[in-house]
Amino acid sequence: MASRRAVLAATPGLLAVALARPAGASPEAMRQAMREFLGPDAPVPRPGRVRLELPPLVENGNAVPLSVSVESPMTATDRVRSIAVFTERNPLPGVIIAQLGPRAGAARFATRIRLATSQQIVAVAVMGDGSVWSDSAQVVVTLAACVES
Amino acid sequence: MARVLLQVPATARRGEVIEIRALIQHPMETGFRPDASGVVAPRDIIRRFACTWDGETVFSAELHPAIAANPYLSFTALATASGTLEFAWTGDNGFAQTETRRVTVAE
Repeated sequence: MASRRAVLAATPGLLAVALARPAGASPEAMRQAMREFLGPDAPVPRPGRVRLELPPLVENGNAVPLSVSVESPMTATDRVRSIAVFTERNPLPGVIIAQLGPRAGAARFATRIRLATSQQIVAVAVMGDGSVWSDSAQVVVTLAACVES
Repeated sequence: MARVLLQVPATARRGEVIEIRALIQHPMETGFRPDASGVVAPRDIIRRFACTWDGETVFSAELHPAIAANPYLSFTALATASGTLEFAWTGDNGFAQTETRRVTVAE
């Protein structure tokens, strides 16, 4: 029994090593990219209104379905202006910056992204009134895209 | 010319929010990936996608290397009047492609 306990105790350490392997973007680089996208006087993103959907467990990091939807009436004045997605541990933090026109009708889009490793993904939406909302998702990648191939 | 798959309804009711799906064939080479000989392949991606309805922007996006090969995007458009939807992709090494689709809006 003791050996099983030892194995279990060591598991988080092993996981941490596996997760830390690919160097590249860091949570700090992601925050920096987010600041560049929002501009210097933008408010701190508040959680809510945005829904970021990704599968929690991904087998292949080369094409991960991602969808973002934002609660908004999408009228000419009260609408979502832009939505950006950032990753924590890809070689580069930026994924996509989408701009929505008044003809968009609804604030939602979907695409497929690459994930270099298990990490957190953040979606940020900028509204017409200047308020900023965000949502994040944690994804476990079992077979990581080797150096984001 | 890269192959493009576009799913746009040919007709829509006025005020309807239509779903548009666009996929284009492109390797989206990240610029981080070494090839078989160990040389890192230079970046070759689509940087920008834009969809306009009679010249008015519906949806546009700046794509980064983290977008998977053969970029796929689905988004929505508000059908207000019959018109032509134009889809434009531009990227590295002078990549540029445009496609158009006609949508008829009924009362």
